[in-house]
Amino acid sequence: MDIDLMLRVYPYFLEATLITIQLAVLTVVLGLICGALGAAARLSGNKYIRFLGATYVSVIRGTPALIQLFILYYGGSQVGINLDAFEAGVIGLGFNIGAYMTETIRGAIIAVDKGQVEASRTLGMSKSQTLIKVVLPQAARLMIRPLGVNINAQIKATALVSAISVVELTYTAQRYIGSTYKPFEMFFLAGVIYLALIYVTSLLISWFDRKAQIK
Amino acid sequence: MGLDFNVVPEFLDLILIGAMWTIAITLVAGAISLGGGVLFAVIALYGHWLVRYPIKFFAWLFMGTPLLLQLFLIYFGLVQVGIDLPAFVAGVIGLGLHFAVYNSDIIQAGILAVDKGQTEGGRTLGLSQFQTIYKIIVPQALRNTLPPIGNNIIALLKDSALVSVIGVTELIHASQLAISETFRPFEFYITAAVCYYAINLALEAILRKIENNAQIAR
Repeated sequence: MDIDLMLRVYPYFLEATLITIQLAVLTVVLGLICGALGAAARLSGNKYIRFLGATYVSVIRGTPALIQLFILYYGGSQVGINLDAFEAGVIGLGFNIGAYMTETIRGAIIAVDKGQVEASRTLGMSKSQTLIKVVLPQAARLMIRPLGVNINAQIKATALVSAISVVELTYTAQRYIGSTYKPFEMFFLAGVIYLALIYVTSLLISWFDRKAQIK
Repeated sequence: MGLDFNVVPEFLDLILIGAMWTIAITLVAGAISLGGGVLFAVIALYGHWLVRYPIKFFAWLFMGTPLLLQLFLIYFGLVQVGIDLPAFVAGVIGLGLHFAVYNSDIIQAGILAVDKGQTEGGRTLGLSQFQTIYKIIVPQALRNTLPPIGNNIIALLKDSALVSVIGVTELIHASQLAISETFRPFEFYITAAVCYYAINLALEAILRKIENNAQIAR
């Protein structure tokens, strides 16, 4: 292993890590918004809105994220959507993880005991009061852990945008392989950084989960 | 430039060949992920610590890094140590190992969920520990974990798209070849997406059938 070379290039890897972190944060935020809307749609009383939500989840989860990125980035200009690679990456991956988060959020809401709803309705709360004051606070606790799994998957999924030439961690590793012909060293560097990111995120999520649970 | 899906039929053969490769990759990598998953799970639970810890470390490594990076490492990185694998082989091994790690987690939980009396029964009947694990415990564990393993196989189908970046002519790469001649990315990527969706639905139906067949009438 060429340690000198790794010491020489690691600052560029750290720079690229910032882009990876940006991608992860932005796509997770967009994904949470899509997930909340998607879950609301799937649980809606209106069957057309329900159908719309179900279609979103089915189509996005039924096709590879890579092809969704390609359609958006390379195909987008044909239908009047002109995005740069970073924007396409954020929007494409955000919508993608949103479909998975839709199911996570919906699952957590459904998992809240039905008796809770019945009790609060009996106590004279309106439907929206029941949802906001009784169901959602309990569902929120239930969804922290599975959403954490989604978020960790998303950190790894940001590597996909290297295929549409966003200069993030994986792309940087590839670029330095091209110039140094040392694939092992470059992937080792990138791998260690990904592992560190995911480790820290997991710690944060379990800390947050512990804080949020009622003793 | 408007949309014109009439350019697609001309390249249908290419797309279909791509779809075949996608299915082939999914089947071979799926088999590796299942076999590897069982092997890793058994080692992680019963193995000597000298093999158990390396396997656990390897699993941690594979779960904590992107699949794309692993594919690059297997395809380009192994050349550095003198192992030059064809793209298809590298892709299938990478995908297979990646999902073997995820399957192993599921199967471990499945093995632990098998009643302890089964092991005791098997041992009492004179089966060796190895025989008890392979003939009694693992089959029951697999039956109980079929749904989540099925989900992993479907995830594997979608992640097989990543193999295009190391140059296997599966659906995405085939579409890219067609696009390089026609400059119509939207039409061909949508076509490829439709193919993935169709394969996905078919795979789901097959998996559901296998799940139903695997249930023992109790």
